[in-house]
Formats: sequence, structure tokens, C-alpha cells
Amino acid sequence: MRLGLFRSATFRLALLYMGLFGGSVLVLLGFIHWSTAGYMARQTDATIEAEIAGLAERYRSQGLAGLTALIADRVSRDRAGLSVYLLADAKLTPLVGNLDGWPAADPEPGGWLDFSLGRSSRGTTTHPARARSFVLRGNFHLLVGRDVHDLEEVQHLIVGTLAWGLAITLVLALAGGAMLSRSMARRIEAINETSREIMSGDLDRRIRGHGSGDDFDQLVDNLNTMLDRIQVLMAGVREVSDNIAHDLRTPLTRLRNDLELVRNLEAGPEELRTRVEHAVGEADGLLGTFNALLRIARIESGARRAAFSQVDLQALAADVAELYDPLAEQRDQTLSLALAAVPQVRGDRDLLFQACANLLDNAIKYTPQGGAIELGLAAEARGPCLSVADDGPGVPPELRNKVLQRFYRLETSRSTPGNGLGLSLVSAVARLHGAELRLQDNAPGLRVALCFGSGQ
Amino acid sequence: MRVLIIEDDPQAAGFVAKGLKESGHGADHAADGRDGLYLATEGRYDALVVDRMLPGLDGMAVIQALRASGHRMPVLILSAMGEVDDRVEGLRAGGDDYLVKPFAFAELLARLEALVRRGEAEAPRTRLQVADLEMDLLARRVRRAERAIDLQPREFRLLEYLMRHAGQVVTRTMLLEHVWDYHFDPQTNVIDVHVSRLRSKIDRDFDRTLLQTVRGAGYMLRAGE
Repeated sequence: MRLGLFRSATFRLALLYMGLFGGSVLVLLGFIHWSTAGYMARQTDATIEAEIAGLAERYRSQGLAGLTALIADRVSRDRAGLSVYLLADAKLTPLVGNLDGWPAADPEPGGWLDFSLGRSSRGTTTHPARARSFVLRGNFHLLVGRDVHDLEEVQHLIVGTLAWGLAITLVLALAGGAMLSRSMARRIEAINETSREIMSGDLDRRIRGHGSGDDFDQLVDNLNTMLDRIQVLMAGVREVSDNIAHDLRTPLTRLRNDLELVRNLEAGPEELRTRVEHAVGEADGLLGTFNALLRIARIESGARRAAFSQVDLQALAADVAELYDPLAEQRDQTLSLALAAVPQVRGDRDLLFQACANLLDNAIKYTPQGGAIELGLAAEARGPCLSVADDGPGVPPELRNKVLQRFYRLETSRSTPGNGLGLSLVSAVARLHGAELRLQDNAPGLRVALCFGSGQ
Repeated sequence: MRVLIIEDDPQAAGFVAKGLKESGHGADHAADGRDGLYLATEGRYDALVVDRMLPGLDGMAVIQALRASGHRMPVLILSAMGEVDDRVEGLRAGGDDYLVKPFAFAELLARLEALVRRGEAEAPRTRLQVADLEMDLLARRVRRAERAIDLQPREFRLLEYLMRHAGQVVTRTMLLEHVWDYHFDPQTNVIDVHVSRLRSKIDRDFDRTLLQTVRGAGYMLRAGE
């Protein structure tokens, strides 16, 4: 399914990015504002305070006349009309200064006032002003201020510039985030797209990478490898089930035929008995096949590892050879032993016997009459190697992996009795014991070795 | 012999009971662990066939309860679980033998007979005899009609097992377990080859065949005709 824009992780990431970026830019601009416009306002206030202090000092030393003269002097010198002076009596009636009346605005704590100037000298426009009032001894009110029109203009300019800066930053962050999330979203969407196609049944599809080797490409590579592995496994499962279906159909058909013959038979008890025995034989064969399959599955589940004990491979190999020797003799084959003393291995005695028996059984079965078979046990660097070598037809190199698969049988051996599970079981036993199963050319013939300590 | 079958699957129980009756034995059936335990302690049975998985009281628990109350009759456990661990668990609980489903009736009968025979207290023997075939267990010598027969060690053990179970059917699996001491599944008739070798040594030069093949079941060493 497709996600809405706001539910997409990449879009949310871009928004978050924009928020964080915008926030830090805001803090930065705030600092700039404080250190420029704020500085100018603080300078103005400091000047006003210094001037009040100076005037108050004059009043203390020279009285009202001295103060009035000083104020008049200051007013006359201020041509630009940027300064505001006013001295009033107790009833706030102006005595001297360049203001027509005491401003109506309420003073802030500390005596600071913000009000408007409407002076004819600077045209009809009103200018903002900032002043501080001070009460002198004798209940005279002194007001000193500044026309802050220019200052405010500069401050507005700064705030405006900063606001624009912030706006541009946000727009750029949004655009950058959107671009970033778009390219990320496109790559994720490519993965999603392919996943949907695979889910709808097209298992051959693979995700295409960017080719840059970044972490997205690694993700894509991993997903593709996983898909390959799943496909191989599925092919394996399919092949096994095909093989099961194929290999079980033959005995089931024979069983059915036997039973049908019995049903239609008007023959004597002797023939009836033979037919039923055939049927029982077929059923036993089928059960044997199922048991072998189940046994392989159980071995592969690894549960039997709990029952491992020390196994003497030499004695075990000798026992297997002793069991199978008459069978080889019956086929005029020579079974020779080359069993070196090797350290004991940890394993399942019955399973190792079964594996060794299967290998020997195969060798006897597929080596022609009069052939030679050797059962060997040798100590290799990493661990003991148990091997069965024959001079029979062997297995072509390209089929050596296939013969380990369940039910796989070489075409030439289809007519020999067997269920095609013998080597699969050996392979499962090898895996359980962490041993490696090697199929080698014995020139001529086949050499199968079970080498401990070399597998995973 | 009288056998009690404790098995919840009526078809399987019927199959075993019918087979036992046809071979001349008596068989009773209990469908769950509780009834089975009751019948086993009340009635007098020569052997028990107990399914592992039972409703009410589990098969293992039935056997443990019987053993705890001093009942010593042989018990054969039937189970769908055939791993070595399961066998060991069953035998530790007090079972005498273990048979994995699906099984052939001949195998079950052969094992039951072997169990009951073993129960009939057998003094340590130094000599075994079947018709004119004699085995000296101490000197490890075999003679038939006063003629010495030379056997390999394994052939000796094979013959010893057959002679100890003379008159009973012995299956291939029983031979593998007791003569070779491995639990495994031979893919070919490897046991048959060993038996026919043994047969050629003990029967070939004599009129009467002692070692017989029982079709669909196994072998029997028998003195009678």
C-alpha cells in the first residue's frame, strides 16, 4: 500500500529537520537582534540617565536658576531637535524646555515614559520619544528624553531583515528537506514496488540498487541475497515434493494393482497369499521410505545432539565391515580395511553406524561383481576421516552435489533397489556432527569421506 | 499366555487382540490408563502391551505405578516416538521392551513371547540344546550330531540368541539390536546373508533343517519337524 505524504517517514524527517534548523536559526537571529538593536536602545537609555544625573547635579550646586540656564542652553544647542527637556513645577506646569506640556503617558517603574512628539520644527508627523522623569528637591519635575524615531527605524530595519532571513531559511530548509526526502522516498518506493511484485508471485524480480555502495545499496544487496536464498530453498522444497510424489506413486500403484488383483481373484488360496504378501511388501517399502524421511528431518532438527557420547570410530567401522562383509562376498567383491587408530569423536553411535552402513551398502550395491571396496579410517590434521572407496562407475563431478538431495538417483541406478535417501541421511548425519562429507573421484570409482572437525 | 492391551486406538487394539487370539493367546483390552492400571493389578496377566500416549493416565505413569506396587509382569511399550531418547525413557520407567509404530504383528508377537519366556526364571545356563544341536557357552563350542561346527564370534552370538529363543520367531530388528547391538535400519537384506551363512554351517550336511525362515516375520530355530 502507498503511504500518505504526512505518514511517510522521510517527509516527517524533513519536517523535523526543518523545525530543528529553523529553531537554531531563530536563536541565532535573536542574538543578533539583541546585540544590535538592543544595544542601540540600551545606549540611548544610558545617555538619558547620564544627562539627568548631570542636570540634577547642577540643580544641587546652583539651584533652580542654574538648572534653568543649563536646560535653555542645551535646548538652544540641539538644532536637530533630537533631545527633549522639560522642567515643570509641582503641578506639572512647564517652566522651561522644548516640550509644550508634560506628556500624558503613564510612567513605567523607574520613571521611564514612551510618548509621541508632535513638533512643528520637524513637520506634522509625530515622532516617538523615550524619556525619563525625575523629581528634584522642591517638588520640581524634570524630564529628559530623546526622539527615537531614527532609532526605531533602524530597529525596524534590523527586525525586518532578520524576519526575511528566517523566512528564507525556512523555505530553503523545507525545499532541501523535501528534495532529500523525495530521493529517499523514491529509493524506498523502489524497494516497496519490487516487494509488491514479488508478493504477487513474480519471484524472479530483484531490487535494483543505486550503484553507489551506500547503506541503501547494502540493504538492497542483502534483500536480493535473501531472495536468492529463499528461491533456492523453495526450488529445493518443490523438487523434493515432486520427487516424493514421483517416487511414491510407483509403489502405491503396484500396491493398488495387487489389491485389485486380489479383489478380482477367483484363484486358490496360494495365489491369494502371494498377492497379499506382495501388497504387504509394498506397504512396508512405503513405510520404510516415510520413516527414512522422518529420520532425516529429525536428524536435521539437531535434537539428537543432546544424546552425544564418545564414539570409537575404529571399533564402529570394524563392526560395519563385519556386518557387510558377507554381502560383498556374495557379489565376489573384496572388502579391505585400512583402519588407523584415531582419537574418539563425540557423536551418536547409532547414527554414525547407520551413516557408515549406508556408505558401504551403496558401494556394494553400485560396484560391479568382482570389484574392490576399501573402508578406511585416517587421522587428518583437523580430525579423523572415515572413507569408503570403490572402483565402480563413480559419480560425475557435476552430479556430486545432487546425489545428496533427497530422492535423487542417477539414471543408471534407477533399476537398483533403494529409495534415494541413503546419501541424504549420511549428509544429515555429517551436518549433525559438524563433519564434512566429501565425494571424490577414486579414478576409477567413487570415494566418499566423512571428515570430522572440518565442517562448520 | 494372557495379555492385557492398554491402548486408546480401538483399531490398533483390535488388530493386536485379534492377532493374539489367532495365535492361541488370550487378550483383554483397556481403552485408557486408569482402567488399564485397575485391570493389570486385578487380573492375572502374563504380559502387558502399553501404548505410551493414553487418555487419563499416561502409559509411562501406568508402568511406574505397577512397578511401584510390586508387579513384575513383562511390559512391552508401543509408541509412535522412536528416537533413542524415547526408548531409553520408556525402558527406564520400567518397560521391558519398546516397539515403534507402525509395527508388524509378527514382530510384536515375537517380542512378547521372548519377554514372557525370559520371565520364566531361567537359571544361568552353560549349555544350550535344540534337537541334536548343542552349544557349550563356556568352551564356546558348537556341535551337531557329535560333529564339531566352527563358527565366527558373531555367528556364535547369532546362534546363541536363536537357541535361547528356540521355538520363537525372532525378527531381523531383534537380531540387529541383540546380536549387533546397534539400533539402525539396514537398507538391504544384510541380516539374511548372515543367517544363510549360519544356516549353511549348521544345516547343510544334515537331513533336518533347524533354522527356518518365517515369511514376513523373521527366523525360527525349531526342533520339531
